[in-house]
Amino acid sequence: MKNKFSLFVVVIFLSFCFVIFYKGLNTPNNYTPKVNEKKNIPTFKAKDFTSNNYIDSDKIFEENTFYIVNIWASWCVPCRTEHPLLMQLSKNQSIKLVGLNYRDNFNNAKKFIDDFGNPYSRILIDKDGTLAVEFGAYGVPETFLIDNNKDIIKKFVGPLNQEIINEIKLIIK
Amino acid sequence: MKILKIFIVLFLVTNFLELRSDETNDVLKNKILKNIRCLICQGQSVYDSESEFASSIKLVVDRKLNEGLKEKQIYQFLREKYGDWVIFDPQLNKNTYVLWILPLLLFLFGGAIIYKKIISNKSNKI
Repeated sequence: MKNKFSLFVVVIFLSFCFVIFYKGLNTPNNYTPKVNEKKNIPTFKAKDFTSNNYIDSDKIFEENTFYIVNIWASWCVPCRTEHPLLMQLSKNQSIKLVGLNYRDNFNNAKKFIDDFGNPYSRILIDKDGTLAVEFGAYGVPETFLIDNNKDIIKKFVGPLNQEIINEIKLIIK
Repeated sequence: MKILKIFIVLFLVTNFLELRSDETNDVLKNKILKNIRCLICQGQSVYDSESEFASSIKLVVDRKLNEGLKEKQIYQFLREKYGDWVIFDPQLNKNTYVLWILPLLLFLFGGAIIYKKIISNKSNKI
């Protein structure tokens, strides 16, 4: 009776371990923060790319307008692939695009915009990457969708694609 | 002359005190950075990592400490931005109850088995 109980306990324990490891096989081992969590936009002060003046976040984001905050850099290769899609999105009247130039050289960034076009209504400079941290970003490119109540409602890690653009268009409709 | 000597001693003491306070701040900063996970080179702490993300986090932590934020407040700030996973030390919440309680339960269970064995051995000897 005692042996049977021990065997039962061992079998239960091994099954438990098997389930845990089997589940672990199907989950990716690199972590990505939640992308659908609603968050308030951070309050910050940032340098404007064109005027070189500091500007408050309250003055950048107005209510009743959808915004896209796109973190980009001239040295970032995936940023080049998503740039035509941003140009396409910038033609939409119901959304404004704000660019966050991440850890970049000003001249290179300017050349990037001159060569590929400027989809942004405003570009902010994030020289040391701390502004990106305020948004909860950890790399480039990353894109945040901000709704008309000034809440970040979606986050896209990596370059945008047509599917994501369609999703954004559907949300802002 | 005596006054000058006292002045020099006071000057040195206050300067060393200042050095000491910087040192404690650095120790605290390093402690915090060692407890933050780098999300680019996962498995490494921000303290050990040279990635751009890690260097930005180092600046943010430094800035927050200078603003007067406490260690827990800095962790809370980072948790809000990146989730619980960004901190190496897991917080006690509904997702981590098992993680915290299971070792204790196993310890008690093992202890009970050992205790039972000792008692039965003693009674067998008698």
